[in-house]
Amino acid sequence: MGMTIAEKIIARAAGVEVVRAGDIHTVTLDRMMSNDGTTHLTVDMYHKKLNHPRIADTKKMVFIVDHNVPSDSAKTAGSQKKMRDFAREHGIDFWEGKGVCHQIMMEHYVCPGELIFGADSHTCTYGALGAFGTGVGCTDLLYGMVTGTSWVLVPETVKFNLTGTLPRGVYARDLMLTIIGQIGANGVNYQVMEFTGDGARGLSVNERMVLCNLAVEAGAKTAIFEADDKALAYLKERGREPKAVFVSDPDAVYVKEYTFDLSKIRPVVAKPDFVDAVVPAKDVCGVRINEAFLGSCNNGRIDDLRVGASIVKGKKVADHVRFLVVPASQQVYLQAMEEGLIQTFMESGAIVMNPNCSVCWGSCQGVIGENEVLISTGTRNFKGRAGHPSSKVYLGSAATVAASAVKGEICTEDMAALGE
Amino acid sequence: MGQTIIEKIIGHNMGSVQIKPGDIVTVKPDRVMLDDIMMPFIADKFHEMGFNKVWDPDKVVLIYDHLVPASQQDDTRHYQAGDAFAEKYGLTHVHRSDGICHQLMTEAGYVKPGDVVFGTDSHTTTYGCVGAFSTGIGYTEMAAILGTGALWVKIPETIRIVIDGTLPKGVMSKDVILRIIGDLGADGATYRALEFTGSAVDEMTVASRMTMANMAIEAGAKCAAFSPDEKTAEYCGIELNGFYKGLKGDEDAKYVQTIRYQAEDFRPVMACPSQVDKIREVRELEGTVIDQVFIGSCTNGRLEDLQAAAKVLEGKKVAPFVKLIVTPASRKVYEDALACGALKTLLEAGAIVTHPGCGLCCGRAGGILCDGERVVATNNRNFLGRMGTAKTEIYLASPVSAAACAAAGKIVNAEEGYFG
Amino acid sequence: MEQFEGKVWVMGDDIDTDIIIPTEYLALKTIEDMKQYGFSPLRPDLAAQVREGDILVAGKNFGCGSSREQAPEVVKALGIRCVIAKSFARIFFRNAINNGLLLIEQPDLHDEAEEGDRILVTVNQHIEYRGKHYPITSLPENLVEIINAGGLVKAMRRRNGLEG
Repeated sequence: MGMTIAEKIIARAAGVEVVRAGDIHTVTLDRMMSNDGTTHLTVDMYHKKLNHPRIADTKKMVFIVDHNVPSDSAKTAGSQKKMRDFAREHGIDFWEGKGVCHQIMMEHYVCPGELIFGADSHTCTYGALGAFGTGVGCTDLLYGMVTGTSWVLVPETVKFNLTGTLPRGVYARDLMLTIIGQIGANGVNYQVMEFTGDGARGLSVNERMVLCNLAVEAGAKTAIFEADDKALAYLKERGREPKAVFVSDPDAVYVKEYTFDLSKIRPVVAKPDFVDAVVPAKDVCGVRINEAFLGSCNNGRIDDLRVGASIVKGKKVADHVRFLVVPASQQVYLQAMEEGLIQTFMESGAIVMNPNCSVCWGSCQGVIGENEVLISTGTRNFKGRAGHPSSKVYLGSAATVAASAVKGEICTEDMAALGE
Repeated sequence: MGQTIIEKIIGHNMGSVQIKPGDIVTVKPDRVMLDDIMMPFIADKFHEMGFNKVWDPDKVVLIYDHLVPASQQDDTRHYQAGDAFAEKYGLTHVHRSDGICHQLMTEAGYVKPGDVVFGTDSHTTTYGCVGAFSTGIGYTEMAAILGTGALWVKIPETIRIVIDGTLPKGVMSKDVILRIIGDLGADGATYRALEFTGSAVDEMTVASRMTMANMAIEAGAKCAAFSPDEKTAEYCGIELNGFYKGLKGDEDAKYVQTIRYQAEDFRPVMACPSQVDKIREVRELEGTVIDQVFIGSCTNGRLEDLQAAAKVLEGKKVAPFVKLIVTPASRKVYEDALACGALKTLLEAGAIVTHPGCGLCCGRAGGILCDGERVVATNNRNFLGRMGTAKTEIYLASPVSAAACAAAGKIVNAEEGYFG
Repeated sequence: MEQFEGKVWVMGDDIDTDIIIPTEYLALKTIEDMKQYGFSPLRPDLAAQVREGDILVAGKNFGCGSSREQAPEVVKALGIRCVIAKSFARIFFRNAINNGLLLIEQPDLHDEAEEGDRILVTVNQHIEYRGKHYPITSLPENLVEIINAGGLVKAMRRRNGLEG
């Protein structure tokens, strides 16, 4: 009986030949990431709860300040200082203001075959490069940091067969929202989403990141793609080598299989306050918005900015709308500058912010007020996620967000192009 | 008898009337500026006073800057209050995310030489850079102006400051005004006008003069005044007519005090925590370790400031564990800095470049610090707690000094370290 | 002749508007919401300790800094009867008058006054403290008119025929 990619990664990390879903194994972690959402808590526990605090391997640790950048209060600044001082004292890689943590991890660290813990739920993003990334709490992170190991319950794998190609004007974002809408917010609880098939192979690494990133919104422990030529090219461009390239065996066990025909996907929107409240975008057209957000670890990459810029080029953001454009990293920001995209956004009246989590996280710059409506490429639309408890968040693709920003109400790219 | 610039402007506003310091007169403003933070209060007072019409909507400029992007849920209430007021009373000059009010008032052509302008922000003194009489007022007085188109003022005495010669390399107009404030004291010009003249002032760009006019308030001054010249005319997009040319202090004008400086004597200086008039030469402060640098604000967030910083940082990196936050003063400044490559240089050096606005200077977001942290900043105030807690130390400096400090991670003298 | 007595709080020179009410709290909905943060960077406990009718005595340049009218409004909302300082910054001065907060310029009292003592103020004439008289000057007429009207808002209401 064969194994899936996820099982092979765990087996390697556990130093065993075979693992099966339901097994519990002690694993050696390849890397750990922690951001300013919780690192100060981890540091506090490190100092206060442990008798003999030590770090197993500082080279495996990455600290990233991305949630509140620049800092919005003395309290935030205090938490970040704690993190900065700890990183400096222990020689831990430290990034501040250079981008959203998952984007930085993808640009600089993640390698196929690795098992990575991140103290952030969207750590599942790393599956786009054939790594097993999963979100943990700060206690698990602390244990990993001190021992270099952790335990995992080997998850079941669900296969998502993707066929065909996305129509013009439809994006990976629409595909993933459609999948979540169909399987539900707990559709793959504690399971691995493995994306495969021609349709999967046709997606770029950036598009694969969109899919993997949102897997946690369906309850998944992680999501994964095979590290194919595209993934290896992405690595090579950034001067990295794979740890191990795994493919699922033909006789690997899948607990369930789904098939999605990409050519049938249409622009969709997740309505407030649930990620799986997915409807065709045309059903919510006309909803007046106060703010539009193009950014986040889900959709703040160069492809997304290109799509957004192509839609707003030569147009103006509606008077009553604040259109936040937030590149996912400093690299993305610089590239967008080179390509003239930032200029296009600025000329349209957009608010172009420094790379950070922004309103997706909802406690820093760009928060929305009482009864306000946001259309967002962020990861979540939970009640109050982006600001006031009475505010509403709709999730859509970069195209839908940009088109809506110009129109002042939710609309899709096609409608904007037609001037409807 | 001869007159000072401010006396001429106010006399002209009243219909060529002879006035003298101490007179209490009523003027009719040519423009007024309302900012986001005061907007709800202005609207409340306006309605409480019983007005139902704005005296001249074309003379009113509404600018959102302190709270852009919103960092707290209630911030957006200020936009809603502004939008509602603008719509109800027919205001057409509304800027929702274009930058800092004082930058926009001059840059977007709202203020011309000889104008009388009031704003709900103390740094309204800035427009003296183009030879206007402008000063900050509270929201109650602004509400009264919106209803009546008039305000009483007491004609201030004028202190004349003459600066002849050429500034040393690496010394900016910020160093000049900081030194002057140090000499006058934080209340040295209370209720008085500061009139700047001399060959060094003639040599300055309008942007450099803006820095000085902006900080006149920090010596307590009611307003600042520079004679309009060809540079002013070009900046304002006007012809230099007889009236404008005549806006200079007469030979026999009565000054309460005349202070003379030789430009060659100026050195890079900083205002030390926590008083704007606690001025020290940078060389005396060298070696002081810093945590953060802020380049921006209505004092020093203009193109020449960003270019000066970029020149210092070209090919260098911001010191490890130090944050450099750059907040351009306006959308236009951002776009110009993008076009000339200054933004790219700053980003490559590791700067966090934010959207234009007040940013950290107004202390609501944009890089707030915590206990024990130290910041070198190019803005106008280092009051206790302004950018963090009472235990945060703020040093005010020129963009050149600030950039040099960012690269060094401590206070260094750019004059020697970077210009040979 | 208007006369009142009050307990004294003593502060130093250059008490700026960011100390009187930090920017962090400027966008709170009402002055009542803000007043608990009055003077917090310098004296975090002061707002809770001040009682109706107390008097603030400060050094030079009180109220320097921004044009935020929340500053005099917070001082007034805390119940402070008047501020006596060596000098006042000009925008704060105008804002205080417009809100009916009494400001008195007096050059010498600050050097003598001790926190917790009581002083007696006779408006437009003098201050009495430890048996000594400190003279004070009267305000310009146009400002007296605003104060007599009950502040600028009331003066405008009268102009607009809303109050007699």
